[in-house]
Amino acid sequence: MNKLIELYQQVLRIRLVEEEIAKRYSEQQMRCPTHLSIGQEAVAVGISSLLSIEDKAYSSHRAHAHYLAKGGDLKKLIAELYGKETGCTGGRGGSMHLTDLDVGFVASTAIVANSIPVAVGNALHQKIHHKNELSIAYFGDGATEEGAFYESANFAAVKKLPVLFVCENNQYSVYSPLEERQPAGRSISRLASEIGVESIEVDGNDIESIITAGKKLIQHIRAGNGPALIECHTYRHREHCGPGFDDHLEYRPSSDVEKWLAKDPLILLENKISCMNDWHLIKENMRKDMTQEIEKAFYFAQQSNFPDDKHNEKYLYAN
Amino acid sequence: MPTKTTFAEQINLAQHRAMRDDNSMIAMGLGINDPKAIFDTTSGLADEFGAERVFDMPTSENAMTGVGIGAAISGSRVLMTHQRVDFFLLAMDQLVNNAAKWHYMFNGKMSVPLTIRLIIGRGWGQGPTHQQNLQSWFTHIPGLQVIVPSTTDNVGQLLYSAIMNNNPTIFLEHRWLHNQQCDVDRCLPFQDKPLNIRTHQEGAHFTLIANSYMLVEALTAAKELAKNGIHCDVLEVIEPSVHDFQVIYESVIKTGHCLICDISHEQYSISSEISAKVTEQCFTKLKSAPKRLALPHYPEPTSFSLTKKYYKSAKNIIEYITKTIGFKGDISIENNSEFHDVPGDWFRGPF
Repeated sequence: MNKLIELYQQVLRIRLVEEEIAKRYSEQQMRCPTHLSIGQEAVAVGISSLLSIEDKAYSSHRAHAHYLAKGGDLKKLIAELYGKETGCTGGRGGSMHLTDLDVGFVASTAIVANSIPVAVGNALHQKIHHKNELSIAYFGDGATEEGAFYESANFAAVKKLPVLFVCENNQYSVYSPLEERQPAGRSISRLASEIGVESIEVDGNDIESIITAGKKLIQHIRAGNGPALIECHTYRHREHCGPGFDDHLEYRPSSDVEKWLAKDPLILLENKISCMNDWHLIKENMRKDMTQEIEKAFYFAQQSNFPDDKHNEKYLYAN
Repeated sequence: MPTKTTFAEQINLAQHRAMRDDNSMIAMGLGINDPKAIFDTTSGLADEFGAERVFDMPTSENAMTGVGIGAAISGSRVLMTHQRVDFFLLAMDQLVNNAAKWHYMFNGKMSVPLTIRLIIGRGWGQGPTHQQNLQSWFTHIPGLQVIVPSTTDNVGQLLYSAIMNNNPTIFLEHRWLHNQQCDVDRCLPFQDKPLNIRTHQEGAHFTLIANSYMLVEALTAAKELAKNGIHCDVLEVIEPSVHDFQVIYESVIKTGHCLICDISHEQYSISSEISAKVTEQCFTKLKSAPKRLALPHYPEPTSFSLTKKYYKSAKNIIEYITKTIGFKGDISIENNSEFHDVPGDWFRGPF
């Protein structure tokens, strides 16, 4: 039960952070493209619960949940969205280029599938140097249509590299549905499996399924058997990019939207723990603490200075 | 008699030396450990350093570049080799969006010690897709280092320094230089810092700028011109990504003339950039407009008969310089080879 509460707490924290970003986005102070993780948080929290700080995570454009679940600093995330010098990349990268090396969140990058090979390269380094770590590459269903995904999975398989591929299949690449992009009946996890990557497909909104499958796959990787992939079926609640909702555009069947909203990972988790004594009180206290923490992070970001543009040429080349 | 060494041999030695000096270094490339060892430039590496550090790779140029980046930011020093530039075009996403920007984008927190050797083909029907140079493409991207070696005496130093440097570096080798020789004792020490502009000879009458295989042509031309009393500064642009062209400006201010030889297409080329910079910096000292000598704006055709006029040579350099300064004699030069599409008798094809 305690474990479930901990997981709920993390999912809720990410949800509240994302909702606060959405709420304040219209103030036009966070001036960068922002892809919210709302609806997909269980994947990041479930997978991160199986990792150590030494394991190295990589993600793509929709990375806030992965960053936060790995332990990424909240203040530095919000300050980055505000383009401040205290942001995790000092205002260089914005929402789509996050990093927190202290907790093993190496990088998120903005081009679809483009951080997958980099994660595999990290795994190559880990293997050559016999490090007791693994690398994680988070990406969406769209990325599996890129050559970089196939090429990376192939190399990881041929070299038996310690990398876990985490595919969040939310069925849409912006507004383009999966059935327009991939043949009917072919599953991403089976495809990966045929490439030579141990694969499991799960309900990505059910955190316990993610953890059960993830544990098995990570054992496989840590035992030196090579890479693995977990395909998590999930759903994005809001628009592809930005703070709002876009279902008025009717690109997704409304019955699907209703079905997936009812399967909100936060609700599913809460259903498992709400029977406990004083749940409402516990939940209320949790929310209160988090709201304060988030409020502080936004205050920190707003109070921070913008970076000085006289340093714009700095770090073009390394010493 | 001093012992001779070749351009390819120096490239090989630099890799051996770097792998010995840095245990974290890995080297990969299609064919790196096959019997031909990438034109003999990678011979012996896998034997000396083992299969874990020196390995063949899948035909996946883009992802493997990303793998190199990932290994590099994690603490490996990475060298990757492609037998032709043209195939590396599949890797532009990883090169431009990741390698070039990573250090900058993540605010200096990580660096990318990744060197990519790319070999430029020419002649013997290499044709449209096996002979592109593209030095200006790579140099256009902030964050990339671009090194273009031209001579045997410093190619080892340049490669060693590229590998040991902590930035993503494109190293553009011309296939026709691989067999070029020099005396072993003339080779520059690997550990010394290379120049970005090198002065090969000095002369008061004309500034002649070139790199890669065109430096060979430029030096041949300068030698013949000197016999006729026309003396050139011959300057080599080794690292076009370093925008310090002071040596070039000083030369042009002295001579008032400059001819820039380029092994790529003329439009939007390195020679165009140098021409613009020279015009901006030396305008009042110019006696003639800066001139570019480069490839025409169409791909190299394959047929032996179609490539006769495609590449520029010492003859074209001599023609332009004598005309510009009003020299009234006739300077003839011998060809390096009986056929225009090979660099010499040592080259037998097919690539």
